[in-house]
Amino acid sequence: MDISTKTVPKTAKGEGGFFTRMWRKVKDFVLSVVHGSAATKISCLFMGVGQMMRGQYGKGIIYFLLEVLFVLYMALFGGPYIWHLGDLGTTLGGQEWNDATQAYEYTKGDNSFLILLYGVVSLIVLLLFVAVWFMNVSGNIKNDKLRNIAAKAAPQLFLDTKTKLVQGACSMKLSSRAIAMQGGRVRVYLSGNCEGASVEIDGERVPISELREGDRFGSLQTLIFKGMGQDKKKGTYAEFLRDENIYTKEPPVHCLYLYSENGDLNGAEYLRECGKVSTFKEDCAQLINRKFYALLLALPMLGLLVFTVMPLIFMILIAFTNYDFSHTPPGQLFDWVGMANFSKIFSIGSGGLDFLLVFLRVLVWTFIWAFFATFTNYFFGMILALMINKKGIKLKMFWRTLFVLAIAVPQFVTLLLMNKILDADGILNVILGTKILWLGDSSHWAIIPRITIIVVNMWIGIPYTILMCSGILMNIPAEMYEAAKLDGANPMQMFINIVLPYMLHVTTPYLITQFVGNINNFNVIWLLSGGGPVDNINYGAGAKAQATDLLVTWLYRLTTDVNPQYNLASVIGIIIFVISAALSLITFNRSKATKNEEDYQ
Amino acid sequence: MEETRNMTVREDREKKEKKEKKEKLTALLLCLFLGESGAHKFYQERWGMAVLYLLTFGLFGVGVFIDFWGLLYEAGGQKIGDIISNTLIYIALAVLGTLWVLPIVYLLYTAFRVQPSTGIIYQLFPSDLKLGFDNFVTLFKETQFFRWLMNTFLVAICSCALTTMFILMVSYAFSRMRFKLRKPLMNVLLVLGMFPGFMSMIAVYFILKAMGLTNSLFALILVYSGGAGLSYYICKGFFDTLPRSLEEAAILDGASQWTIFWRVTIPLAKPIIVYTVLTSFISPWCDFIFVNTIINDANKYTVALGLYRLINAENSSFSENFTVFCAGATIVGAIISALFLSMQKYYVEGVSSGAVK
Repeated sequence: MDISTKTVPKTAKGEGGFFTRMWRKVKDFVLSVVHGSAATKISCLFMGVGQMMRGQYGKGIIYFLLEVLFVLYMALFGGPYIWHLGDLGTTLGGQEWNDATQAYEYTKGDNSFLILLYGVVSLIVLLLFVAVWFMNVSGNIKNDKLRNIAAKAAPQLFLDTKTKLVQGACSMKLSSRAIAMQGGRVRVYLSGNCEGASVEIDGERVPISELREGDRFGSLQTLIFKGMGQDKKKGTYAEFLRDENIYTKEPPVHCLYLYSENGDLNGAEYLRECGKVSTFKEDCAQLINRKFYALLLALPMLGLLVFTVMPLIFMILIAFTNYDFSHTPPGQLFDWVGMANFSKIFSIGSGGLDFLLVFLRVLVWTFIWAFFATFTNYFFGMILALMINKKGIKLKMFWRTLFVLAIAVPQFVTLLLMNKILDADGILNVILGTKILWLGDSSHWAIIPRITIIVVNMWIGIPYTILMCSGILMNIPAEMYEAAKLDGANPMQMFINIVLPYMLHVTTPYLITQFVGNINNFNVIWLLSGGGPVDNINYGAGAKAQATDLLVTWLYRLTTDVNPQYNLASVIGIIIFVISAALSLITFNRSKATKNEEDYQ
Repeated sequence: MEETRNMTVREDREKKEKKEKKEKLTALLLCLFLGESGAHKFYQERWGMAVLYLLTFGLFGVGVFIDFWGLLYEAGGQKIGDIISNTLIYIALAVLGTLWVLPIVYLLYTAFRVQPSTGIIYQLFPSDLKLGFDNFVTLFKETQFFRWLMNTFLVAICSCALTTMFILMVSYAFSRMRFKLRKPLMNVLLVLGMFPGFMSMIAVYFILKAMGLTNSLFALILVYSGGAGLSYYICKGFFDTLPRSLEEAAILDGASQWTIFWRVTIPLAKPIIVYTVLTSFISPWCDFIFVNTIINDANKYTVALGLYRLINAENSSFSENFTVFCAGATIVGAIISALFLSMQKYYVEGVSSGAVK
């Protein structure tokens, strides 16, 4: 299918930088309200009333109810929390001696934690409401515009001349007067190859290829749909056809639309809305059609908002407070401290480099771990996959299943089991007759636990690589092997010159995702070594990081410790996020699949 | 004259070939025994590589490994090379396969071991070794394992249904539909997925508390499937590869997007659906961090948390419960393995299609 016809001209709306465009949009919006009808103006205050005035009762009632709910929520619950976001609560709970009653009175103090949490929730509700409000007002503005057009074009009927212009260098004669008599619109479909075709309008002959949207012929203006390709503004041409209730067996290549009004909407909008206000039923019907994405995305996005976005914003904000073991609500308050936690970790200003050193140690180990965990799994897994899939090796299924069993047993089981096997009195030491602290030896920078963890991780990870590689190896074109064989290459050379480059090329995104995954590999470290062994140097600094702690396990330790330091944990979380997000965004945006999304179709 | 010259040429060549073969063989042996010091590279007079090998232990063994394989074929020819390399591969696979299976065998063995009276479980073959189903009996009688199993089943089924639905919906919207916020939204979701999930766990706990949902399995289902939209990537990649022409034909027949989603795309997406169902069904069986935060009522544990608590609780000694833990782990492992091995084909398809994108 040809989707290369991207010759749709840019309209003035799309020009300018981001801020220019935003400014223009805001300006348009305000002006439209100011010059708008009474319905629009009322809707700014009482949502949905404007719609009801125009007969869109369903929509109007929904909007109105939303506003009522919002006001109730803010008045009864959310408002005070937003109000207190600035100071996170001021009154400490406790008991006070009251002289009048001669008794202790217990007062319920502010809870900084809940203020922050519900404050964030309420802020998001507020944002959502603003979005709904905009939808409401712009819906009214749209209605205004439709009414204006309807007034201008009324009482016109929708009469189309569906004229087919088929194939080759034929042309069509049209006159603006004739068109005006037919209701002002003419549509010309061009099917097949229409490179040489031309249209003659009022004696002016124009080749189709030179027509541009907005060209004028006397009182006529043109609007062109080219090809079946994608146009961000107008959707697919097929969609357009469907909206217009026109189904042709053979989809036209071009559609030229001429219209004679000077409406302030572009032709596509004009066509779609044709001066009528949509009914509730039509709006709902759109939800399973052109706006199906809204229906599809609504629930998943709600889930994300509640269980991912809100908690995240909350935890990010914690990084700017002093929420730790000596400021734990209820009973104590915490407050905003600006960048103090960041400067504590990076040891700017405060005494000593303790924290920075601990942080750097954990960071370096995290990267070393991620590197080895990723590449040992990748290469050894690939070699094993090659072995199993080598020509002449029998019982392939059997070998593969041996390794795959390790995936099939849940990770927490195998990790806990490994933890016990590698215990000081564990079965491995019993068999070897040794007393090696596989996971507990802190001497020599805890080199033994570190290596042990990487090896155990190979046990867990290699089967995954085997599965993945087996799939991809089969896709390597056989001709490549044949050609190499003719050149007298031995299997090893083939591996280095064909298989390895192919695999690396194809699986780079996988490698980076694995790398990021390993930076965040909580399970392996936590269940296997628990981050240990304890490192005396680290403990002195109050940072509590242990020898094999990754950033994530360090974060977890800081929050679950007897003396939790949520603020520092949040800072670490933000750092982890910055590292992983940067890595993955670069990869995904560079990867072929994202660039040429439609290449496969 | 001519003939003798030809003879000498041929002899020369033969000699040279013999010599080369001999050299190759020597290099092979050197590589096999002294490869880490770069001996074979010295012998082949490739000084640069030789020194490099000497300094890096033959590029950490990998270089030697590669050289050995190459020399094997060059010295012995295709047939002998194949025989030797296949033998070596069988040996390697047998050794490695054993290594991979041993921990699982140990798990099974411990599960069927009767708790020794001395309390020491660490001896591999003690004199009073007894095998039997005692641990399984203990598991079902003295712990609430059956309850945990049912809980996990319930959570897994519900959350896998929700998760799969969510992922399919998001993927379809991103892959098949075009709307203004599509690209920004995709990037935002990608970035959101980068946050370590449990960083926000405490906040999730309090949100659930505000909704009055802590200590309930429903909360677990919500938490497991609430973030499902983030993992649209693999599925979207799959949808991207489905031909558009089918859809367009349906559109021209007057089908709505709703119809296309259910009637055209979903039936075509069977492999990726099986993959998503499989992974999302398995994850509640393995997670215990979230359960740990949200649930502290032993009646509502899932197997992962229950078993974890069995050997990591403060008041239980490890060696008492280790055999029981292994028995529980065996049951969970058996369920997951059965599921996994029967669906392996789809899993491979999903993993590799996700990896290539």
